[in-house]
Amino acid sequence: MPVKSYIQAITLALREEMERDEKVFVLGEDVGVRGGVFRATEGLYEQFGSERVLDTPLAESAIAGVGIGAAMYGMRPIAEMQFADFIMPAVNQIISEAAKIRYRSNNDWSCPITIRAPYGGGVHGALYHSQSIESVFANQPGLKIVMPSTPYDVKGLLKSAIRDEDPVLFLEHKRAYRLIKGEVPDEDYTLPIGKADVKREGSDITVITYGLCVHFALQAADKLEAEGIDAHILDLRTVYPLDKEAIIEAASKTGKVLLITEDNLEGSIIGEVAAIISEHCLFDLDAPIKRLAGPDVPSMPYAPPLEKEFMVNPDKVEKAMRDLAEF
Amino acid sequence: MALNKITMPQLGESVTEGTISNWLVAEGDHVNKYDPIAEVLTDKVNAEVPSSFSGIIKTLSAKEGETLEVGALMCYIETEQSDTPEQTSSTSITENQSIDNMEEEDNSMKTRYSPAVLKLAQENTIDLTQVNGTGRGGRITRKDIEKVISNGGTTKVEQVDPTPDTNLINAIEEEKTNKELAYHPPAPEPQIVQTETGDKEIPVTGLRRTIANNMVRSTTEIPHAWMMIEVDVTNLVKYRNSEKTRFKENEGYNLSYFAFFLNAVAKALKKFPQLNSSWAGNKIIQRKDINLSIAVARDDELFVPVIKNVDEKSIKGIAKEIDVLAKKARNGNLTTQDMQGGTFTVNNTGSFGSVQSMGVINYPQAAILQVESIVKRPVIINDMFAARDMVNLCLSLDHRVLDGVICGQFMSHIKGILENISSDTTPIY
Repeated sequence: MPVKSYIQAITLALREEMERDEKVFVLGEDVGVRGGVFRATEGLYEQFGSERVLDTPLAESAIAGVGIGAAMYGMRPIAEMQFADFIMPAVNQIISEAAKIRYRSNNDWSCPITIRAPYGGGVHGALYHSQSIESVFANQPGLKIVMPSTPYDVKGLLKSAIRDEDPVLFLEHKRAYRLIKGEVPDEDYTLPIGKADVKREGSDITVITYGLCVHFALQAADKLEAEGIDAHILDLRTVYPLDKEAIIEAASKTGKVLLITEDNLEGSIIGEVAAIISEHCLFDLDAPIKRLAGPDVPSMPYAPPLEKEFMVNPDKVEKAMRDLAEF
Repeated sequence: MALNKITMPQLGESVTEGTISNWLVAEGDHVNKYDPIAEVLTDKVNAEVPSSFSGIIKTLSAKEGETLEVGALMCYIETEQSDTPEQTSSTSITENQSIDNMEEEDNSMKTRYSPAVLKLAQENTIDLTQVNGTGRGGRITRKDIEKVISNGGTTKVEQVDPTPDTNLINAIEEEKTNKELAYHPPAPEPQIVQTETGDKEIPVTGLRRTIANNMVRSTTEIPHAWMMIEVDVTNLVKYRNSEKTRFKENEGYNLSYFAFFLNAVAKALKKFPQLNSSWAGNKIIQRKDINLSIAVARDDELFVPVIKNVDEKSIKGIAKEIDVLAKKARNGNLTTQDMQGGTFTVNNTGSFGSVQSMGVINYPQAAILQVESIVKRPVIINDMFAARDMVNLCLSLDHRVLDGVICGQFMSHIKGILENISSDTTPIY
């Protein structure tokens, strides 16, 4: 199986879907001739032409709005937000239109749009290029939020997102783009949205996380294995709606749960995960549910030492995992 | 590097617990030996707890507001001094110590059970006291229980030999008879008091609880009896008024009436030591020293500091101690030493205008005297009205220890002393 980077898996999924279905098209800032600022759409303009790879004005509300209109009309748009931080002008379109149109029209209309956006920090991007925005959208029934961690998951889930009959917010960790590599099958495959995935089997502690933090947890788990600490790692993959069954199963397995997100702690996705666990797993719990997250400060700092302090990293994860194991 | 424990110290006789009112250090702080690390409120005093080591505070094991028993763990402190020479010279001893330390640490979480552990223990009838915990602080983890289950399930508690131990029986019988001797009145069910909207709930803490407990104990255990006499203190008032300005100028504090009363009480106690005593179950302990407890109130707190050996002190000496103790009480600086050793209590109820009251005895003393307000009243002397300064003295007595006759004599004696006060009988210096 060929080894590909996270971003190559994205490009591959886009290309395959555009080849498979001519209703699929891409729109966004600099996605065309330039191939995207991260080169996620590289080569698509050349292959599919300017009518299926649209360079748009710098107006996120319009990118989302045009995409939503086209989707309702039967197309399969893939709208790119250059950075997830820039999605804010499009929030009204996404929450009030895309997420609600099926319900509002009594099932007459649907909106099969995929909105891709690179999120996350650790790239020296400071305020406007580092945010985690998933929790803004994570209580909007009608919307799905997918945040894959591996190239394999990226390809399978992006394809599922594009083929989904309803709007999907597909959030890609920008630091993972070229950092994370993995095997990606050449053949066409999809992965189910709404299903979490066990990335490592273990019996001492359970780590539940998503995105880049999955890799931090896996690295820490390898180190801790030498100390006799056996970690079970669940990758949420879809952060809204959550895979309750998998969360309950993973939490019950060890009774010691560490939840990790790169987002600010309060009000983050993992707070909801903690609620699910405490509702369903009381008599299996052997320790308080622990959370590791970014501090509650308004933005990712620009200064490197402060950015490092803000970011979750393998050392912090390892420390938290060991602490829980020793409890 | 060594991890040492700081535990709640015994901050005075009969003090069993302390509430941490304030941590003066945070985790990671460096402290020197004897540096204060926390302010602790006991039922008697506020005190600062000093560090027993120099080092770095590792973990604070108790929160502010938390009440710890004497000897309970307050915090861990990491000392920098390397004990390497000691370790090399006597390895076995240090090893033992470290094992001891570990065992002590181990038990802090021993009986904290997680829901998972409790459930598994219940389902498999496992006696948790028989399970060794491998978690932090000796906590029994879910894995520990799972291991016990996979090793064959139940940990059976060994049956105790049913043949009775004669020593044990004797001990039980003795305890029984002791219990019969001591009378414990049935405690009434506390009535549930409902809070209505707008009511304010004030938690009962430290000092307030102690006051409450002491009052309940005193009033339920001691059969109180009361007595009141009237004393003509016209001479005292004249004497004191003629001296007070000069005294204040010379000494810097007030020449209070209370000092004269304490002086008179001390003299009377010398003559009637029966009142200077305590009920001790099968005996009465008569105290040699005359140490007078005086009640001092501050906001919603009541302190009872002690003036020691009052019978050996001049009026000036007593007045000075009253002044010092009152100031300390107002500033919250009273120490345990200030509160200990009282043998009889004199309460200056007159200071807030009372003319008659029934004091609650300061347990385990035998009596309390309430000095009421001095008021000018018409009194008949030689069949004629006279305006005299009168004061009521109210005595509460433990009727197990004392009877009316002796107390009457005691009160008459005080009356005699007070009514004959002059610069000849009672010099100030």
